[in-house]
Amino acid sequence: MVVPIAYYLVLSAILFSIGVAAFLMKRNIITIFMSIELMLNAVNLTFVAFAHRWHQVSGQIFVFFVMVVAAAEAAVGLAIIIALFRTRSTLNVDQVDLMKL
Amino acid sequence: MTSSLHLWLIPLVPFAGFLVNGLLGRRLPKWLVTTVAWVATLIPFLQVLNIVLHYSSLTLPYTENVGTWITAGGFHADFAFAFDQLTLIMLLVVTGVGFLIHLYSAGYMAHEEGYWRFFAYLNLFMFFMLTLVLAENFLLMFVGWEGVGLASYLLIGFYFTRDSAAKAGIKAFVVNRIGDFGFLLAMFLLIAHFGTLSFGQIFTQVAQHPELQGGFLTAVALFLILGATGKSAQIPLYVWLPDAMEGPTPVSALIHAATMVTAGVYMVARTHLIFDRSPFALTTLAIIGAATALFAATIGLVQTDIKRVLAYSTVSQLGYMFLACGVAAYSSGIFHLLTHAFFKALLFLGAGSVIHSLSGEQDMRVMGGLRKKIPITFWTMTMAVLAICGIPPFAGFFSKDEILYQAFVSPGPVGKIVWFVGLFTAGLTAFYMFRLWYLTFFGESRAPETTHDDHGHEHAHGVHESPWIMLGPLVILAILSVIGGWVGVPEAMGGHAEITHFLAPVTQPVGEAAEGSNSQELLLAAVSVACVAIGWFLAHLMYFAKPELPAQLAAKVRGLYTLLLHKYWVDELYGALIVTPILLLSRYVLKGLLDTGVITGGGLVLGYSAQGIGSLVQRIQSGNIRSYAGWLAIGAAALLLLTYFGFGTHLSF
Repeated sequence: MVVPIAYYLVLSAILFSIGVAAFLMKRNIITIFMSIELMLNAVNLTFVAFAHRWHQVSGQIFVFFVMVVAAAEAAVGLAIIIALFRTRSTLNVDQVDLMKL
Repeated sequence: MTSSLHLWLIPLVPFAGFLVNGLLGRRLPKWLVTTVAWVATLIPFLQVLNIVLHYSSLTLPYTENVGTWITAGGFHADFAFAFDQLTLIMLLVVTGVGFLIHLYSAGYMAHEEGYWRFFAYLNLFMFFMLTLVLAENFLLMFVGWEGVGLASYLLIGFYFTRDSAAKAGIKAFVVNRIGDFGFLLAMFLLIAHFGTLSFGQIFTQVAQHPELQGGFLTAVALFLILGATGKSAQIPLYVWLPDAMEGPTPVSALIHAATMVTAGVYMVARTHLIFDRSPFALTTLAIIGAATALFAATIGLVQTDIKRVLAYSTVSQLGYMFLACGVAAYSSGIFHLLTHAFFKALLFLGAGSVIHSLSGEQDMRVMGGLRKKIPITFWTMTMAVLAICGIPPFAGFFSKDEILYQAFVSPGPVGKIVWFVGLFTAGLTAFYMFRLWYLTFFGESRAPETTHDDHGHEHAHGVHESPWIMLGPLVILAILSVIGGWVGVPEAMGGHAEITHFLAPVTQPVGEAAEGSNSQELLLAAVSVACVAIGWFLAHLMYFAKPELPAQLAAKVRGLYTLLLHKYWVDELYGALIVTPILLLSRYVLKGLLDTGVITGGGLVLGYSAQGIGSLVQRIQSGNIRSYAGWLAIGAAALLLLTYFGFGTHLSF
């Protein structure tokens, strides 16, 4: 049985929306970080789904790139989070607002 | 085939002198500055003399290409120097008189501030003047042309702390710009038509196309005349030269009498093949020359500043040279240029010596009776006065009579008229020169008890003869003023007119030369000498025999006298017609409207609007990451909706 592509897309959209909602609502920077990963993976799911549907391998390859970037981002991001925690002793993003005018 | 003459060394040596004195002069002792300046002028002079010695083995015209300067498309200009008979005469004048004036300056400027600066500028002037004379194309000539203008500006404004000197410098520079504009347009026309600026190539092309008459060549010639009137102080651009007397006197002698101001005459003679094709331009030139000669001479009649009299006399004599060129007697013009360089440099240097001996006094009304006190200056000045008035056998007689004779016999429509104007001017010249002579050297001293000191001399200790370093050049120039004319004794007087034959390969006008008879020439000479004698007699009467006469006469013809004393109000006229409107335009339209309004105002509007928009938009920049993310999400959602509902076709992805 072939799963219709719409199912994958709907699932992907749901995952992405959860990611966005979490990003907007959560204050803990680590949770925010995780929600970003969730959004990335939602997108990855659509890539894979379309690659399967159209028998195009490039979509699959793109997923690897996204994963690599996500891994790099995680490395840098976690380093920033640690540095942030050391200096400000908090993970609440609402208190990290030095950049505003 | 001749070996290389190394012409490029001639201008470059003074330039080296300029660099040494200009960059290091402030720290060098005075004697070293003087030595550098002298050597930098002496070497070119010796080199020119060396060329003269080997003259017979030269094939002329000789050109020397030092290197490529500009190559742009089909256009090509080189650092090329040319040498022919005309160049040789100019080189001798510039380096010879220039060297004498360098010698003189060491004495004259000995007590001045900025001694090194003065000599650096003088050497710079020599560099540009020699470039101008040696150039083989219009463009290189223009470099020299502009450069002498720069040197002239710097030297007129030498006493730059004096407001009048600074203003005179600016005036000279700006008025010369107008002439340079004509020169530039002439060059553009030549490039457009011939595709080159090389003298040799242009003249060859002109010679190959005898059908080129008037028209385009008239335009070129008229623009060149505009350039020449600027540099050589002719009507309508003569106004800067009298004011240029603000500079030190040796500068007036070198730049504003002997060399730079004759550049226009040289240029016309150099490019005479163009002028030969345009009778209209030649007539214009003759009229400008004659009008300037007369006009300046009349002003010179009543001036009281010794240097200003000489300045107007320079303008007048330059008018003679233009007159000569205008009747296609180019070699006569150059001949007068040569003799004029001697006697006018001598007059200025003599005047400088007088001024020096009076510790800076320039007003002839307070001179008088100097004959016994400064005898050498007196005698040398006398030679110059006799020469400029055209009393045989002094230099000016031969050159001036040659011009008048050529004007008389010229077939042109204005020949006789300009001859008469020239003749009348000769009488005026005699009058004002002898007036200067009597006022300065004869009668009783009219000096007030305390001589005021506005010339920077700090040694006001009575009238004294100048040192020998100043008198030496005077004596040499006096000798030249006597014998200088003998190179051009006309055949009618038993001479051979050597200079005319010498210059013939360069300046011989195309077409048949007008010839008069010997008796005619002698008669004309007699007439002009008679004119001169009348002028001398009147001057003798008014300023020696009956010194009260001039005041009575001035009272009788008050209107005319005032008109002349105020120089026909030409400065005021130019001021009202040209300078004031330009100043008003600059001040109110360009500065007030354009600069303050558009440029400054526009800048302010941009700046303040950016600030205003920024202060509004900065509220979005909350620093709260989640609010940024929210905006991002809203933006993404909006874009999605747009694509989904397809608002307009221009938002197609």
